Amino acid sequence: MTSSPGPTVTAPALEMRGITKRYPGVIANDRIDLTVRPGEIHALLGENGAGKSTLMNILYGLTRPDEGEILLDGEPITIKGPSDAIARGISMVHQHFMLVPVLNVADNILLGAETMANRVFLDRDEARRRIRELGQRFGFEIDPDETVGRLSVGWQQRVEILKALYREARILVLDEPTAVLTPQETKEIFAVLRRLAAEGHSIIFISHKLYEVLEIADRITVIRRGRVVGERLPAETNEEDLAELMVGREVQLVADRGESHPAGVLLSVESLDVGDDRGREVVHGISFEVRAGEIFGIAGVAGNGQDELVEAITGLRRPAAGRIRLGADDVTMADPRQAHEHGISFVPADRHRFGMVTSFALADNLVLTDYYAPPYARRGVRDDAAIAARAEEAIREFDIRTPSATVTAGTLSGGNQQKMVVAREFDRDLRLLVLDQPTRGLDVGSVEFIHRQTVRKRDAGTAVLLVSAELDEVLELSDRIGVMYRGRMVAILDGPTASREHVGLLMATGGQETSPGAPQGAAVPGSAPGGTRA
Amino acid sequence: MLTGLFDIPVLGLVLQLLDFLLNVVTVNGPVILSLATPLALGAMCGVISERSGVVNIGIEGMMLASAFSAWLVASVAAQAFPAEPGFFFGVTPALLIGLAAALATGVAFSLVHAWLSISIRADQIISGTIINIVAFGVTAYLDLLLSRTSQPSGGKFLAFAPPQALLDLPVIGWLFRMVLAQGPITMAAIVIAVVFQVLLFRSRWGLRTRAVGEHPKAAETVGIDVIRLRYQNVLAGGLLAGLAGAWFTIDFGTTFQTGMTNGRGFIALAAMIFGRWHPIGAFGAALLFAASGALGTAIRTTPPPGQLGEILTSIPEQVFSALPYLVTIAVLAGVVGRSVAPAADGQPYEREATH
Repeated sequence: MTSSPGPTVTAPALEMRGITKRYPGVIANDRIDLTVRPGEIHALLGENGAGKSTLMNILYGLTRPDEGEILLDGEPITIKGPSDAIARGISMVHQHFMLVPVLNVADNILLGAETMANRVFLDRDEARRRIRELGQRFGFEIDPDETVGRLSVGWQQRVEILKALYREARILVLDEPTAVLTPQETKEIFAVLRRLAAEGHSIIFISHKLYEVLEIADRITVIRRGRVVGERLPAETNEEDLAELMVGREVQLVADRGESHPAGVLLSVESLDVGDDRGREVVHGISFEVRAGEIFGIAGVAGNGQDELVEAITGLRRPAAGRIRLGADDVTMADPRQAHEHGISFVPADRHRFGMVTSFALADNLVLTDYYAPPYARRGVRDDAAIAARAEEAIREFDIRTPSATVTAGTLSGGNQQKMVVAREFDRDLRLLVLDQPTRGLDVGSVEFIHRQTVRKRDAGTAVLLVSAELDEVLELSDRIGVMYRGRMVAILDGPTASREHVGLLMATGGQETSPGAPQGAAVPGSAPGGTRA
Repeated sequence: MLTGLFDIPVLGLVLQLLDFLLNVVTVNGPVILSLATPLALGAMCGVISERSGVVNIGIEGMMLASAFSAWLVASVAAQAFPAEPGFFFGVTPALLIGLAAALATGVAFSLVHAWLSISIRADQIISGTIINIVAFGVTAYLDLLLSRTSQPSGGKFLAFAPPQALLDLPVIGWLFRMVLAQGPITMAAIVIAVVFQVLLFRSRWGLRTRAVGEHPKAAETVGIDVIRLRYQNVLAGGLLAGLAGAWFTIDFGTTFQTGMTNGRGFIALAAMIFGRWHPIGAFGAALLFAASGALGTAIRTTPPPGQLGEILTSIPEQVFSALPYLVTIAVLAGVVGRSVAPAADGQPYEREATH
């Protein structure tokens, strides 16, 4: 352990020089230089596909670079695999946690770095002692015997960090660590990270959330299309500057939603109960209304009943009790096609499983909901010309980047797949638009596009129901916000005036606890961990 | 007094049945344990493989092929090295060579399964099915080629003879008779179950095995070689299946018959599931299935007296031959869905590609 120096003094803890990695047709990393000092929190900022992950996979030994060198404390090293990286004090907290849900905290931490009583058997007592000790030192106490699958996402992340600390990591890579956290949990993790940095650990923080990077980082390196396009100190920059660096053009960060002019109530949900696949009731007596021409956002930590609510409204799941009405029609028991024919459009959260058929052509995916009806089919025979014409139009209008309309949907990039789904669902005569995590995993440019289209639909008089685990998205777009917690709608707020902190607190506690402090102990109820691991 | 109770309608019948069951289990205890041996070993072959994420439905074929090679090699060796049965379990050089052949056969077949399902990432059900078909066909064909008129045999292991004084002890004497008066493969199976159970939950290997079967990618990111560990476990499973095969031809019996495993490899899989992928649990389930087999035999050969016997003998005896299979179906129907397989069971693992 070195005595912790300030972030600007000593020699770098880690240096990556001229790292180049080529894949057929692309250069994922093009002569990237990255310098991380001891005790520094260094943010790596870039869009999806910019090359952040490739660079970190190289550092962690999952991929070999074609060119370039890595220096640890000034010594050139080669990293042959994860165990090599770990042995040199480099650890990684993956975006999708690498934890075994059925094992307990201690076993998850031990795995791969087992503390042994002898050549065969584990020394779990010693492991528990060390885990408790580490937790105390860094300000979070955890029960080593708790099953990981029962922990909240925020605590699972602490287990990941403990895993790194248990291996005596000096360099910690965190890949989008806040993607799945509530604002409160994010704050708590930031406190942990600052503490680690103060003890001399170097942290590489990967993110595309600008304000977070500005808040936590000592230095920021921006990557675009495999190249370093800038290095900044938080004090010298702002969100607009970083966004421009990251995307390469000026970006409108906050959707210009303008004024909404809602008309009468279109969707009304009354005392709805919905069960999950195992028959447990996970939506309890929810009631709310969405007016034509407004965006109603639903905020909540993933796994609080949003999925089931959305499925009930779109006809994918039968409610156990309650009513769903669309205008004058009762759609409580509508099946998905009936829901569609009533004018309900749906952009599902998991576009690969529910939004498209990856092995079908782009054009076929665009008529997936209407293929059986004129003009795409006549007397049961499909009209290829009409479908092709429709595809051309959608590709133009929704800016889907594709070589042709006949390529299979699976070959498109994530952003273009989502534009395809959006084109199909938005561009028709509809009354209610249900968006479930519409921008998950998309880059800033695609997000901007989808947000603009959503506002356009609203202004055209469509009722929009937006469900998102990204609190920012809900806050930016919604005219009204409902907060879901443990299957109940715990609050309905006015969108433009709702504060981040207030909504975040409601998401985390349901508004029942008065203290905004961190929940103590291990198990934080309220989120089904299975649901939040993609 | 008790027999008086037996005369009560319905209740009496139930009491007679219970009395009969208890009798069958106590009298046939040692036989049941012996019959449970291949099921338990086969089930543990499944456990060790599936805990690391590789489904193995080829246990039946592995056992059959091992049974064949144990018998064939032991017979040939018995002619080359004739010897009197040894003091310890009646061991002879021929039997040891036959046992080694069975183990080698089990490992060879499991190597094929490992290669197909881990390296080639073929469908593991199909790989297992291939093994079953090949094992059945090849052993039946070779058996035919030998066109034996007289049944050659390499002899068999003998049961251990514990001191009579121990067996005469009240109550625990029965236990000693049950556990100690067994052949070496049965005794080995008991020891293996206990050791395997402890290792699976307390050793480094066990922790890694369970992690790899649940979330191989997580294991890989902490530096564990998923492919290697799966190979190790599937091959170890091959040893267990080989041992189970040897039981048929050089422990319980002395000759090979075509298809003699008779579905026990699949009942072993049921025992694995019923035992919730725990070695001890699998052993317990194997005992249950073996007991139902013994019950079927007892009803056919020595039906109980009285009203119960009349009812039982009026049922076609094929029903009782099918009893272990019926119990398997009933148990699985009741337990499947509540017994949770390792999360990554049956999923080929592809290393984080250079992408």
